[in-house]
Amino acid sequence: MVQGITGREGRYHAQRMQEYGHNVVAGTSPGHGGEWVLDGKVPVFDTVEEAKTSTGADTSVVFVPAYYAFDALLESIDAGIQLIVCITEGIPIMDMLKVRRVLAGKECYLVGPNSPGIITPGQAKAGIIPGDIAIPGKVGIVSRSGTLTYEVSLALKRAGIGVSTCVGIGGDPVIGTNFVDCLELFEEDPHTDQVVIVGEIGGNEEEKAAEFVQNEMTKPVYAYIAGKSAPENRRMGHAGAIIEGNTGSAESKITAFTQAGVKVVSFPEEIATLIAAVLKQKGA
Amino acid sequence: MKLHEYQAKSYFSREGIPVPRSRLATTPAEAKQIAAEIGYPVVLKAQVLVGGRGKAGGILLVKEENDLDPAANAILNSKIKGISVQRILVEKAVNFTQEIYLGITVDRALAQPVIILSASGGVEIEELAIRHPNRIIRTAIDPLLGLQPYMVRAMASQIGLDYALWKPLLQIALSLWNLFKQLDATLVEINPLVITTEKELVALDGKMTIDDNALFRQQDFLELADQSVETPAEQEARKFCLSYVQLSGHIGCLVNGAGLAMATMDCIQQAGGEPANFLDIGGGANADKVQAALRIILSDENVQSVLINIFGGITRCDEVAKGLLSILPENTRNLPIIIRLEGTNAEEGRRMLAQAPNLIVVESLMQAAEMAVHAAESAMV
Repeated sequence: MVQGITGREGRYHAQRMQEYGHNVVAGTSPGHGGEWVLDGKVPVFDTVEEAKTSTGADTSVVFVPAYYAFDALLESIDAGIQLIVCITEGIPIMDMLKVRRVLAGKECYLVGPNSPGIITPGQAKAGIIPGDIAIPGKVGIVSRSGTLTYEVSLALKRAGIGVSTCVGIGGDPVIGTNFVDCLELFEEDPHTDQVVIVGEIGGNEEEKAAEFVQNEMTKPVYAYIAGKSAPENRRMGHAGAIIEGNTGSAESKITAFTQAGVKVVSFPEEIATLIAAVLKQKGA
Repeated sequence: MKLHEYQAKSYFSREGIPVPRSRLATTPAEAKQIAAEIGYPVVLKAQVLVGGRGKAGGILLVKEENDLDPAANAILNSKIKGISVQRILVEKAVNFTQEIYLGITVDRALAQPVIILSASGGVEIEELAIRHPNRIIRTAIDPLLGLQPYMVRAMASQIGLDYALWKPLLQIALSLWNLFKQLDATLVEINPLVITTEKELVALDGKMTIDDNALFRQQDFLELADQSVETPAEQEARKFCLSYVQLSGHIGCLVNGAGLAMATMDCIQQAGGEPANFLDIGGGANADKVQAALRIILSDENVQSVLINIFGGITRCDEVAKGLLSILPENTRNLPIIIRLEGTNAEEGRRMLAQAPNLIVVESLMQAAEMAVHAAESAMV
């Protein structure tokens, strides 16, 4: 389902998702219950609970504006939605701290906020990632960024390399699903052979990911970290992209990955060259 | 958004946190009048939003009236880390025996607020954090339950605080948590919180940072905003909702998406150049926004070449091209512009730009960065 389906963004992207073949079965928008959208094919409900009961939707993509997003997230968590993808940018950090507290111990993945979404090329897309930037394949991508992910994914496509699933975990300082959660899923996923991490300055999620790769992963992992040239104490667009004191520098993340045996590339397009070379070697 | 010391202290006062008597002055005469009212000795403190103002001469103790004018003049005529001082806080000097640190911030890794207490505050706190991190006590706060008294008692006990001060510390800590929660702060900090010779706790300094994402429900702060730390270009960018940070290099960049914008800057550095700025035009930008963005870059005198990197998702490349074409006549310095368009309507965009002067359309990001660096170097020879 799409939460906020009658808004401009919600409606536009629900359409794109449906065109891609994603099974969009419901939308929500308080006060619009009973209406039909997307050429009259998709019913709109007032509440997430009703949408879930009537259609069996198990995933919600949230386009609700930041002002109402806290409420929308709590509503879908409370309704027992298992996968919530939050596209909304600009949610106050205190709201996210509370959401994280409510999520603790629940069997629910919240991806985002400030996420471009998730795409499994050729099968499904929940969010705003353009459908044509990836072809089906065996490389998993997990990233904190939107357009930078498209860049990496398109470079892979041009080299004839496909993607199993691409997850944008979002550029905010406090998010739901993190790198380690996604690496765990990729490690178990029979459709993924290798994983690309697209990180950036700020926080220490990349360092935790490096530790996980070293201790728990058997599949090869590659990484690119954006923000080597960023100054300290300035936010680089994303609310979470900031070097604070000793925490969050690109160097720290690159060192952590390198020590964990992760090959770190120095510019986005190099990921494709590197993986192409590895695949060729394997084939030979 | 950072608040000035005087702003933070006025919130402290409102919540019952003890602060020394003080008032704000913009001229030496005003400072003298305030000092006469509150009584000497006083401390004059520059109100600028940068760290290390004490070391930079922004804080002076004035013992008697004769010393006030020269001190106030010195601070008001100074620049601290490039920012001219416009206001000073005139504050009653306080005698103290110990400096404590007390603050509440967000621990990103835990995704919880944390309260931090240390028996050694003041300027040495950062040093202490590196050398003796165990002397800084951190306790996570459940955002749904809030700060509880037992947490503060446990911390007071751990730092060996005199029992007589536990109750005042608890009051201050709970007030600080109220401010943190009510004002959507990401940092509230008292450093130092001093133990006076009269055995009282007083907040000598105050720092507050408000979550920019929460400004829609914290209307108070829109008026309190101090733009003096922003360059005019940064202020202009904010008007158009562009995310812009001015840097010191020679290659201007215009990108959609924060991650891609950082990656573009990194590519410039890798190619041997330095970026003049970070600029993210955001998703779905229209021609007007692109026009404003390029105008900001072209008006930066440091810029010798421009690199535009657009990966159209929601953003349409033809719309970007339209914005660029309309602003090109303002490129009076004939700066070379290297542009890379990918994604939605990229072919249409490239076709529109093919005939434009001083514009070079390229395919790959790294190649674009190399060309921009080369162009800037040629221009500077």
